[in-house]
Formats: sequence, structure tokens, C-alpha cells
Amino acid sequence: MTRFLPVLTVLLAILALWVLAVAPMNIWQALDLAEREGVAVTPDDARTRSETSAFVLMTRNPGEIGRGYSLDRPRLPTPVQVGRELWKTTGAMAMKGRAFSKRSLIFHGWVTLQSTLFGFALGTLVGILGAVAIVYSRTIEMSVMPWAIISQTVPIVALAPMIIVLSSQIGIEGRALPKAIISAYLCFFPVLVGMVKGLRSPSREQLDLLRTYNTPRLAEFLKLRLPASVPYLFTSLKVGIAAALVGTIVGELPTGAISGLGARILIGDQFGTPLAIWSALFAAAILAGVLVTLLGWLQGVTLKRMGVRP
Amino acid sequence: MTSVVSARNLSLTFQTNDGPVHALKDVDLDIERGDFVSFIGPSGCGKTTFLRAIAALEHPTGGTMTVNGMTPDEARRARAYGYVFQAAGLYPWRTIAGNIRLPLEIMGYERADMEARVENVLELVDLGGFGKKFPWQLSGGMQQRASIARALAFDADILLMDEPFGALDEIVRDRLNEELLSLWDRTGKTIGFVTHSIPEAVYLSTRIVVMSPRPGRITDVIESPLPKERPLDIRDSAEFIEVAHRVREGLRAGHGDEL
Repeated sequence: MTRFLPVLTVLLAILALWVLAVAPMNIWQALDLAEREGVAVTPDDARTRSETSAFVLMTRNPGEIGRGYSLDRPRLPTPVQVGRELWKTTGAMAMKGRAFSKRSLIFHGWVTLQSTLFGFALGTLVGILGAVAIVYSRTIEMSVMPWAIISQTVPIVALAPMIIVLSSQIGIEGRALPKAIISAYLCFFPVLVGMVKGLRSPSREQLDLLRTYNTPRLAEFLKLRLPASVPYLFTSLKVGIAAALVGTIVGELPTGAISGLGARILIGDQFGTPLAIWSALFAAAILAGVLVTLLGWLQGVTLKRMGVRP
Repeated sequence: MTSVVSARNLSLTFQTNDGPVHALKDVDLDIERGDFVSFIGPSGCGKTTFLRAIAALEHPTGGTMTVNGMTPDEARRARAYGYVFQAAGLYPWRTIAGNIRLPLEIMGYERADMEARVENVLELVDLGGFGKKFPWQLSGGMQQRASIARALAFDADILLMDEPFGALDEIVRDRLNEELLSLWDRTGKTIGFVTHSIPEAVYLSTRIVVMSPRPGRITDVIESPLPKERPLDIRDSAEFIEVAHRVREGLRAGHGDEL
């Protein structure tokens, strides 16, 4: 309980702030609706209202604020509306046996998850291999490390369409692979940096001790450097999988994809349905939370088996 | 008697940003088989550097050195010595037995032989029954005993110890000193031992090498008149106090040169 209390407090504070923000965000729509229903509002024409600040409108029409909490297409939906939409597109559809229909977030989440895991595996592999190469070769460190850093300064949104176009040019069918590449592009970096640090974490004395045994390099790597890097690896993996998910969603956004959470966000934007955007956003956040929690659990189990002090 | 370690005109200079540092200059020393040799002196006198040179962890820039009649690097490849550092440096992810097994795994010992050796050295350092514990479950003194066991597990006849008890409190230290002497007696190893402590050096050694800094050199080599049997209260005897006095004089003389 003591672990959850701080988290719950912050969560409640965010929810309270969110609920409070709904009133000023939706006041214009609320007053437009009230006017159409014949209720007198001040000022009485939409043009003037659009130039008036939300707080002035709220103080002049206190009776109409409540309408902002039950709009069909609100600018900012309430937590309850988002929750209901999320349930409608996941649990409710699953109970009707349509979990994998094109309107279901389970389907879109599954598409995104596949690419995320694929990209995560690819990025982790590249990150670990890169770190090993960097730790064992000064030349590779000098030549590759700056490029690894520069790679992260290029906006992925700009790069994503190019990767999609390029991969279709060279005849790769479908979007799974290019999306995975985009997600691996974001995810390899934290793994690389963490693993370089982890593989270098053994002290001078520990390395000297292995020298006194005349230890072959492979044994030094397997018996000392690799196990020493495990705690660093898990920390990086947690950052990496979140980055991989962001990468996949970005890969689905500007590229005309029709499935995946990123595509849902884009479609919601194009069709003016903020509720769809918000529920897709929350689905992505929940997915990220689940993935990071799973990795955290795996970390706990692994470190415990390695005899780390509980 | 054959010299296990022999150094002639040994010099070792480190190139640093502030110019060359003469860690060792014209050092001559022979260590005989079965000797317990302590190196004592203030920081920067080169005692650790000399030990590391024996282990081929540092490479002399002048003079010659042989270990078991070979170059230090050949001796290292022949796994001629076990080395104990100031920090126990046990792998936290291995049990105590697993840590002691580490050099045996690397050197390719048979599985059954490994287990027997681990059991044997655990008994030798009085850690019988602690094999399955992880390092964090042991006190600092016990961890250092485990690291000594790790250095004894394979058949090296030289044991090099670089301030192994430097981080421990005096009570634990006394106990480990006593145990080390009995261990040396039972195994017949040749021991090189770096220390800051005059009583420790006098209590343990057959020979005490007094060193002084800038440049690192030997100022005195004292053959201990103490008998091989040494109960802890030998430290109150007149001979002990006399040797300790001579060590202190040697250290002071080293400083006198500098002033």
C-alpha cells in the first residue's frame, strides 16, 4: 500500500486537473449548443464568443458550463467519456466476439504491439552488438559512437516516411518491417549506451584479477563483463521498449497506415473525433505501462536468481 | 636455495601529464622459496608497483626480473601465483563457492577436482559451510578470507597480497594475521605481502623490505630473528620491539634523504 499511495495521489491530482480543464476547453462548444437550443447566452453571437476568453465566458454563463461535460465531440473529453469509449472499442467488442474487427482497439493495439516487439528485438540486438564492438575496439568507439549520438538528433517524424518509401522501393511488402526499423532506430540507443556502461562497469582490480589467471578474452566477457552488465541492461530495456512503442506509433502516423494505434490517432484527427484520438492515446499508454511492468518483473526475477541482495 | 623472485637494477617509470614519476629505481631483491616477505613504506614508495611487477601487471622500464626463472609475463601465463587485492572483489552474482571456482573454471580443471578443491580451501580459511552463501551475506573479514581462498584454490606456489587487510578493523586483522601465518605454515607457499602497518609486517614476515618514495627504492632489508612459531603475544617480546624499532628507523631514514 505504501508503494501505491504516492502513485495514486499523483494520479488523482492529474484526474482532478483534467476534469477542471474540461470546462474552459469546451465552453465555446457548450455555448454554441446552448444557443442552438434557444437558451440565452452572452455574448449572443459565435464570432464575438470565439474572440472572448474562456474564463470570461464561464463567469458570464455559469449555468451552461455543465454542458461541456457531455458533448458528443468535445474538444477535451472527460475521463469518463474516454473510459467509456475505451471500453466500447475493446472489452465490449471482445464480448461480442469482434475483438479483431477493424474498429477494435484490440486489433489496432495488436498490430502496434507486433511491430513494437519486432523493433524492440531488432534494436536490442543492434544495441548490444554495438556496445560489445565499442567496448572491445577503440577504433569502432571513435568512429561509431558520434554517429549513434547524431542519429538520435534527427527527428524520427522526418525520417519515418523516407524509410517507408525506401523499403517499398526495394520491394519489401507490407509495413511490418519498415515500422520495426523505425522503432528499432529509437530503441537501440538507450540499450547501446546502457550496455557500454554495463560492460565497462567491472573495476580495474576485477580486470587485473582475471589477468593474473591469464584469462582468455571470451571468458573475461562471459564470466565478468556480461553478468556485470545485466542490471544496466534491464534499466536500458525499460527505456528501450517505451521508445520502441513511440517509434512504432510515429511509424504509423505520417505514412498513410490504416491499422495500428498511430493510424487510429491520425484518423481520429482527420475525422474530427477527439474521443477516438484520446482512447487510442490511452490504449498506447496502457500498452507501454504493461510492457515496462513486465520487464520490471523480469528484472526482479533475474536479479534475484543472480543473488543480488533483496 | 633457489630464488623464486629475483630483481636486478629494476626501474619503473610512469609517464604522466606532470612529467615522469619514478615508481621504482634500481631495486635489487631476491625472494627465496618459502619466504614470507613484507613490503612496507609510505604511499608512493613503489611497494605495490613492485608486487604488480612480479605479477606482470606492470612492466618495468629498466633492469631485469625473473619469477620462477621465467620472465614475469611467462610466469603469469604459467599461472605461477595467486593475487589478493585490498578489495575482496568477489562477484556478487556468484556464491562463495562459485567465486572460488572462478579461477578453476578459467584454468579448465575437472569438475570433480573443482568441488574437492573448493571444499578444501574453504576449510583452510575457516569458511567451511559458507560455500552456498552470497558475498553480501558475509562480513568484510569473511569476504577477504574467501578472496584468499580463491587465490589458494589452484596450484600456484607464490601468493602475492596487496594490503589484503587494509580495510578491516584491528581485531579482525589480528585474527586474520594469525590465520595467515598458520596457512603459510601448512601450505609452504612463498608470500609477498604489502602493508602500511609496522606490527603487521614484523609479526608476519621472515624478511621485511623497507622502502621509501621519490624515487621508489629499498632502504633496508631486515631478516627477522623471530621463531617460526608466533603466538599473538610475541608482539610484547623484546625481539619483536627491536625489529619494529629498526623498521621505524628505516622508514625515518628514507624520509631523511628527502629533506
